[in-house]
Amino acid sequence: MANLRPLVIAREFDLARDTLRELNSFLHRRAAVEGVSQIHVKNPDGAHSIACGLNADLDVQIHGHVGYYVAGMNQHASVTVHGNAGPGAAENMMSGRVHVTGFASTAAGASAHGGLLVIDGDASLRCGISLKGADIVVGGGVGSFSAFMAQAGRIVICGDAEDALGDSLYEAVIYVRGKVRSLGADARFEAMTDTDRAAVKSLLAAAGFDHDPAQFQRVASAKSLYHWHADADQEY
Amino acid sequence: MTGPQLHESAGFDRSTIEYIQRAAASGLYEIRGLGAKRRVPNFDDLLFLAASLSRYPLEGYRERCATKTLLGTRYATRPIELAIPITVAGMSFGALSARVKEALGRAASEVGTSTTTGDGGMTEEERASSKTLVYQCLPSRYGFNPDDVRRADAIEIVIGQGAKPGGGGMLLGQKVNPRVARMRTLPEGVDQRSASRHPDWTGPDDLVIKIKELREITDWEKPIYVKVGATRVFNDVKLAVHAGADVIVVDGMQGGTAATQTVFIEHVGIPTLAALRQAVDALDDLNMRGTVQLVISGGIRSGADVAKALAMGADAVAIGQGVLVALGCNSETYVAGGEHVSARDDYARLGTAAGFCHHCHTGKCPVGVTTQDAALELRLDPAVGALRLRNYLKTVNMELTTIARACGKQDVHHLEKEDLVALTVEAAAMAGVPLAGTSWIPGR
Repeated sequence: MANLRPLVIAREFDLARDTLRELNSFLHRRAAVEGVSQIHVKNPDGAHSIACGLNADLDVQIHGHVGYYVAGMNQHASVTVHGNAGPGAAENMMSGRVHVTGFASTAAGASAHGGLLVIDGDASLRCGISLKGADIVVGGGVGSFSAFMAQAGRIVICGDAEDALGDSLYEAVIYVRGKVRSLGADARFEAMTDTDRAAVKSLLAAAGFDHDPAQFQRVASAKSLYHWHADADQEY
Repeated sequence: MTGPQLHESAGFDRSTIEYIQRAAASGLYEIRGLGAKRRVPNFDDLLFLAASLSRYPLEGYRERCATKTLLGTRYATRPIELAIPITVAGMSFGALSARVKEALGRAASEVGTSTTTGDGGMTEEERASSKTLVYQCLPSRYGFNPDDVRRADAIEIVIGQGAKPGGGGMLLGQKVNPRVARMRTLPEGVDQRSASRHPDWTGPDDLVIKIKELREITDWEKPIYVKVGATRVFNDVKLAVHAGADVIVVDGMQGGTAATQTVFIEHVGIPTLAALRQAVDALDDLNMRGTVQLVISGGIRSGADVAKALAMGADAVAIGQGVLVALGCNSETYVAGGEHVSARDDYARLGTAAGFCHHCHTGKCPVGVTTQDAALELRLDPAVGALRLRNYLKTVNMELTTIARACGKQDVHHLEKEDLVALTVEAAAMAGVPLAGTSWIPGR
């Protein structure tokens, strides 16, 4: 008995026929109740807000490109986009896993609190902006101002980073394998420790990449912007 | 013998000299709390034309005058129904203590109105005490999470704030205690900056999509408000309508803040009076009055202010600073053990006095309203605060209905622009009502 695998009950939505509202309503209200654990979405055709606001252990497979905010505010679910994603993929994710097999547009993983976002291709501008604890692994490069004001969490960039990486960082940490065109205000390179290498190894494994962690550099906050010095006596 | 004649400069008066010398000494701009202190045209510059021969008044105390207010009727399947058109403006946990947030919720629930969260997320105290709670989605997204989205009664996307349109928020480190830090995912004691732009959208076309995402997440149940700081109000309101807002909140320059640069507070944005007229014009232009509701805020203090705002076309008002003052802000005393205790020395230590204090940013509020200090926050008993605020809101509502009845209205929402005149040319031009005793509306 112990070797029996749980039964996967699947359901398919075709957005050429079904509406986004029908899909999301099913995912929010009925999937878990009906015991449906895997949902396939065909013909997404760049629709916005697919599978946003999920709050159950569901496996959502989207076959094609999606628009804005795929898997926005995700909790618990695993959402895979077999294609490219528009802006704000997995924005404000709390937990679970979101995987984009192609490229991701701006603000991927914005303000995400938890879970893992994997982007096999490149991520555009502001990837991981205002990150609040989630992990992001990007197989390619990231655009300018990525990790802007990122507060917590980790971003692994297997390719290059454009301008102003980590501008105004708080406590989030960035690991980058390729070239960094420029660092943002208050961001700095720091020495990699064994803990960092272990973290990178673990995140790469979770994302399905096999780069050598020794190839990565660490970027973190110099913390010089942590205070306005409003109480400081600077009289001269 | 007479002394030398002293002649103060108009351009370089004592306050300007103090500002320059302070800047020269410190190299830092001033940060402070509350709203603009300069005088700008406001609701005091308008007067009501009550009933006489050409209008028939209602009996002031006995005849019914409805105050029920519906917000969010455009798309939401669960619009907000309030007993009065006076709401509590968004103020953050962080700026205010959890005890104050609880007091706001208790008072608002008692009089049948809503409170609004503010930057930093939703506290359990506020959710538990506030029957109708509007949950703000701010650029910082501090503490923003889907569980609270689902348990909110409405969502308010904040584009800007009247005290600092175009600027992000700030919460100085002395107010970032362990609980505030945890809720905002920040280290304790850092001077926290809130971004001035949302992280995942960048313009009105994106806002359309963002609003739809929030509707999808909430299964189209909850009203979506959009709040703007008053600048280019006519255009902003139209864009917010096109973006799909159910309710638009316009916050004029007199609106308060917990901490912002003084130069921002006094020099950025337009007065509430002018902002309100532009907002109503925009809704009229789109034929959206009554479909998209309008909430006005920024320096609303009294029932007269509320009545004038409704007469100009607002559906409701939001009050922030007035609410804090009702709780005890700028009072000489705070209540402890049922006794009034002097806070004079604490004001003096901040270099100020009751009636002049704007030191919310320091976290050392002498009356326990805008503080996270464990000792100071005890100076505001939630039960006492709730009672005082309930009384204030009831008074304001009574004043509102008194004026409405005098104007012959059975419903406060029947107040109209035709009931108003202006005392000054400036107010007449901004509000779009005639100068008193004339039929002249400047610019018309």
